[in-house]
Amino acid sequence: MAPVTQVEGKALAADDDVPVVSTARLRELFAEMLLIRRFEEKVEERFRAGDLPGFLHVAIGQEAVACGVCEALGPDDVISSTHRAHAHTIAKGTSVDAVMAEMYGKSEGCSHGYGGSMHLYDVARGNMGANAVVGGGLPQIAGAALAFKLRGESRVGVAFFGDGATNTGAFHESMNLAQLWKLPVLFVLENNGWAESTPAAQQLPLAVEDMAQRAAAYGMTAMEVDGQDLEAVIAATRTAREHAVSGAGPVFMNVRTYRFTGHFVGDPQVYRDKSEVRTLRETQDPIELLRVRLELGDAEFERLDAAAVAAVEASVELAKAGTDPSPEDALKWVYAPGVIEHGTASRDA
Amino acid sequence: MPELSYREAVRDALSHAMRGDDRVFLMGEDIAEMGGSMGVTSGMVAEFGPERIRNTPISEIAIVGAGIGAAIQGMLPVVEIMYEDFLTISMEQLVNQAAKHRTMSGGQMSVPLTVRTQGGAGWSPGAQHAQQLESWFVHVPGLKVVFASTPEDVRGLLWSSIYDPNPVIFFEHRTLYPIKGQVTEELVPIPLGKARVHREGADVTVVATGRLVHEALKAAEQAEQEGISVEVVDPRTLSPLDAETLIASVRKTTRCVTAHEAVVQGGFGAELAAVIQHGAFDYLDAPIERVGARFAPLAFAPVMEDFCVPHAADVLDAILRTLART
Repeated sequence: MAPVTQVEGKALAADDDVPVVSTARLRELFAEMLLIRRFEEKVEERFRAGDLPGFLHVAIGQEAVACGVCEALGPDDVISSTHRAHAHTIAKGTSVDAVMAEMYGKSEGCSHGYGGSMHLYDVARGNMGANAVVGGGLPQIAGAALAFKLRGESRVGVAFFGDGATNTGAFHESMNLAQLWKLPVLFVLENNGWAESTPAAQQLPLAVEDMAQRAAAYGMTAMEVDGQDLEAVIAATRTAREHAVSGAGPVFMNVRTYRFTGHFVGDPQVYRDKSEVRTLRETQDPIELLRVRLELGDAEFERLDAAAVAAVEASVELAKAGTDPSPEDALKWVYAPGVIEHGTASRDA
Repeated sequence: MPELSYREAVRDALSHAMRGDDRVFLMGEDIAEMGGSMGVTSGMVAEFGPERIRNTPISEIAIVGAGIGAAIQGMLPVVEIMYEDFLTISMEQLVNQAAKHRTMSGGQMSVPLTVRTQGGAGWSPGAQHAQQLESWFVHVPGLKVVFASTPEDVRGLLWSSIYDPNPVIFFEHRTLYPIKGQVTEELVPIPLGKARVHREGADVTVVATGRLVHEALKAAEQAEQEGISVEVVDPRTLSPLDAETLIASVRKTTRCVTAHEAVVQGGFGAELAAVIQHGAFDYLDAPIERVGARFAPLAFAPVMEDFCVPHAADVLDAILRTLART
């Protein structure tokens, strides 16, 4: 087996002497992670109560990946997300009100009621869409990065995906193309060790800690990242982003993280031991780890938590009072009207 | 008026679009130095360079997917899938992604991507290089589907496809590349969704696509010798369909034959027949006849291939059936 060609970022991320972000900013990000956690818990609750149509995948346990990666991005950078999209979307700047309204199928939702949990979009904030087909967003992020490169823009495209996606053809074709053309792409593997109910051992020929070898196969720079450590994720993503926009090519980030819940809300998780989840929650909770790091006392935590809970409650009330699309609105966006004018190139698309 | 081959007409549309517009670029297998497997992009890399005439790996998922991503980010990519048989590999990106982004985002984004491809029988390529799969894409809301049959049409329709804000699957037919035809001096865009009446007639309408337009025109000439007046209409855009023109024609002639090279079962002719019978039910004097390939993977030996795919004689037979003359 070929060794990983390059592993960067580990040392940088572990360097405690240089603060990755200010303490004040870190507290804001703590509040954001807490907001996402409370959002995910609330949508689980509302789904079980029968309020929400469709089905849901929550990212409880993976909040630091979403918040850390998006913290290191510029406002013009774009992401594509997965079926587990709420955290990425909120971290990229979409309000919990807009995401919650989408859960309820309301016109105020970030996809105006057309997408639902698995198809969250916010083009103005660089969210090119969450994808319900595993691996489906990856080649499109390569294409977005190609557009940036052709126009000489300092922007990156970020593809979030799980370890299950690394077995798809779309993953391998996208990795190959991005490295071949040195496209400014960050391939962010949220490596939680599960493809739905199938453990890594049954779907990956590599150990989860060796997944960077998939990048080595393409000669792509790879990084090992502790996805439960917010600062490590921020630092690694900054390094990766600099590498990508410099023209040196894409970066593969093997971000080790944990899914504390089932694949979908209502998943009985017959495939794993309950004690495993309990242990993970006790030892690998990114919010608890950051709370310790920030030395937040109980009172301070309670204050931040109350704010997160209140924001989520308010989003539910807003969503319930939101506008239902009219049935015939279903036909509204099938085709874009008109014709694009020849030669009126706008370089700031 | 100048004369161009179908192949040159495709190249002319691409080059004209690229000359005045940095957003337009091409991606595909072997399209640069080799000029594509059909020679369509021959010489273009010399004029536009390898950044805009991009050779790709053999990766149909990534070719189409990257086209989608670039289109979303403001480019006007034209990607080439060497044979339409290989569209099967990129199906996920075309059907689940390109076609649906606009609706799933609630109108926040459009995908102005053009996917050029070609196929067709007549040269014994066997079963994996000759299919006609256009009807699959007509079934997908969000995609537009074009199938051009003449040099003038292919030039004007390709231009309109590039500048359409939606994903367009643009079918070319392998055996049509060398055919020549007169074109206007200036490139005139042909709007999508408009059929072309190639020949007016009074007794039967043949609605034909691709290579079968030419077979239908031959059949019409033969029918004329027997005193039968045949109208030949090419929808050119399969989705959205110019139903109005087709229905008006059949209301006039009272008989209809559909003709394509794809297999009959589930073919585009079925959609045409349904639309036309609904719009011209009271005018029809005979069941609508469908002409297409026999229902089998295409065999290699020329005699078997020739047996399976339709020709002018098959169109003529169908015309005669509508007149109860067989």
